[in-house]
Amino acid sequence: MKILGIESSAHVASAAVIEDEVLRAEFTINNGMTHSETLMPMLADMLRLSGTDKESLDAIAVSAGPGSFTGLRIGAATAKGLALGLDLPIISVSTLESLAFNLCNAEGAVVCPIMDARRGQVYRAAFQNGIRVLQDGAGSMDELIDWLNERLSGNGEVIFLGDGVPVYRKLISERLEGSYVFATAENCLQRAASTAQLGMWAYRRWLIENELTPEKVRSAGTEGIDCFDEHVMSPDDFVPVYIRKPQAQRELEAGLLEDPGMHSLKKLRGEKRDRRHDAGKT
Amino acid sequence: MKDDKEVIILGIESSCDETAASVVKDGREVLSNIISSQIDIHTVYGGVVPEIASRLHCENINGVIKLALREAGLGFDDLDAIAVTAGPGLVGALLIGVSEAKALAYAVNKPLIAVHHIEGHVAANYISHRELEPPYVCLIVSGGHTHLCIVKDYSDYEIIGRSMDDAAGEAYDKVARAVGLGYPGGPKIDMAAKEGDPHAIAFPIGEVRDRPYDFTFSGLKSAVLNHINKARMKGEEINVPDLAASFQEAVIRQLVDRTVACAEAHGIRQVAMAGGVSANTALRAALSEACEERGMKCYYPEPIYCTDNAAMIAAAGYHQFKEGRFADLSLNASPDLKLGMRIGG
Repeated sequence: MKILGIESSAHVASAAVIEDEVLRAEFTINNGMTHSETLMPMLADMLRLSGTDKESLDAIAVSAGPGSFTGLRIGAATAKGLALGLDLPIISVSTLESLAFNLCNAEGAVVCPIMDARRGQVYRAAFQNGIRVLQDGAGSMDELIDWLNERLSGNGEVIFLGDGVPVYRKLISERLEGSYVFATAENCLQRAASTAQLGMWAYRRWLIENELTPEKVRSAGTEGIDCFDEHVMSPDDFVPVYIRKPQAQRELEAGLLEDPGMHSLKKLRGEKRDRRHDAGKT
Repeated sequence: MKDDKEVIILGIESSCDETAASVVKDGREVLSNIISSQIDIHTVYGGVVPEIASRLHCENINGVIKLALREAGLGFDDLDAIAVTAGPGLVGALLIGVSEAKALAYAVNKPLIAVHHIEGHVAANYISHRELEPPYVCLIVSGGHTHLCIVKDYSDYEIIGRSMDDAAGEAYDKVARAVGLGYPGGPKIDMAAKEGDPHAIAFPIGEVRDRPYDFTFSGLKSAVLNHINKARMKGEEINVPDLAASFQEAVIRQLVDRTVACAEAHGIRQVAMAGGVSANTALRAALSEACEERGMKCYYPEPIYCTDNAAMIAAAGYHQFKEGRFADLSLNASPDLKLGMRIGG
């Protein structure tokens, strides 16, 4: 079974192919270039150089979120376009679970992936001995540290990883009561190989639960499958898992949008004109 | 199955708030034209919210593409190329179409074509008018653009004039909001103006000094807002139909007079219009009349091809296909793409 993995949820663009339990290829770029320019050429090169025929793929695993909204959508639309053309299912993999999987051999310790979510928050989850102990979510680092302090009561170790580490290193050292370490640089990157491996396991579970085989899925085509779920999805239905709602929607729901017209106009124009007027007054 | 000599192009468009896909034969014959509009959702916010638009594009794009192929009765194998809007537009929205089109083109081994959204609007005329061929003068009017250009050849545009400030569609939106007609402004004002007197209020027809083919709408917009404020201070009721008709008259005089003057000065006997505002009924009537008086031919797309659609993208893509201008997998979205700028090869 061959699974293509795609990861573009934050700074890293990454693509990988796993064939059964063997990682055939993984290309990863972490240079701040836009994913829209790098992801697709890199993915095509990765398949070509590894001698992987794209028609031989069984499914596409995507790092579905949380993460940068735009980054997630570039990965999602790339996966959806590939899956549409090749008629493949898409496997939705949690970005945080995929990140934690970089340290799946850390026995006993709480593995805590943290991604910088801006506005004073992190996207976070926690795993221990390969079992999830905290659901994916967005919240302040203080809340997460409180939760860890309560869970561990000063005993045990926490391993932090992800791009939230450099942002919250100081806060962790000041407030976390037990012992902790920060993962090394190569384990802090979101990697498509982890996404593909978790995707392959999710795909296998789904096949078994639904008494399917890769051959049956291929001959039925995605339109002939009626047992897709929230993990193994039709390429038409797959969307990123944003966790957060759009800002405008949150403001609307909170009743903060008194003059919705002006709001969106300002947003569209970047509030340039208003600022200029303000500057004139002062 | 298709004829070997035919060129079949799948167009994909996601630059603003419509997710669209279309299959077009030989740049003129529309085999399918699917548009999934988000307008009802954005109306709640009084305008397009970029993040919401991007999310909806991602949700709907595969279904829209599948439906376009199904309606055309064709499969991926029948396509000669995939054309996609690369700019200008909202960056997050454009990225969905661009990412999807690149991945799909790669998956089904078809060439990729990057289309300028505004060139797409111009090409909509080729769908509605099989006989139209360059050269012609084209007035491009939409929410983001007001350009007057000479289309010398299918991919050769000379820009003669442009708006110095707001786009025509923007002025419509602002005035509509000020008189409480809501969003989107263009159709709302067009509708209200039908009941009004276009000469009830003498609004200024904007002029740009020493630039006979450029446009300006900021002065007109201020005059309308002043008129509203004065009336409100005096406690007078505003006659919305008269105001809408008079505002629209001032916009139309600028657009129509400069367009036909440009055609006359350059000895061109064909005039076309493109973009969302070209669906405006009063503007269509005025341009037709002005052209008829001068013995010029006047073209504008059917209303369905005036708003954002993917048939126009496939139609524009056809001419790039003929010229061998293809994009590679590094194609990016270009939110600020200028007219006439080449993208992706």
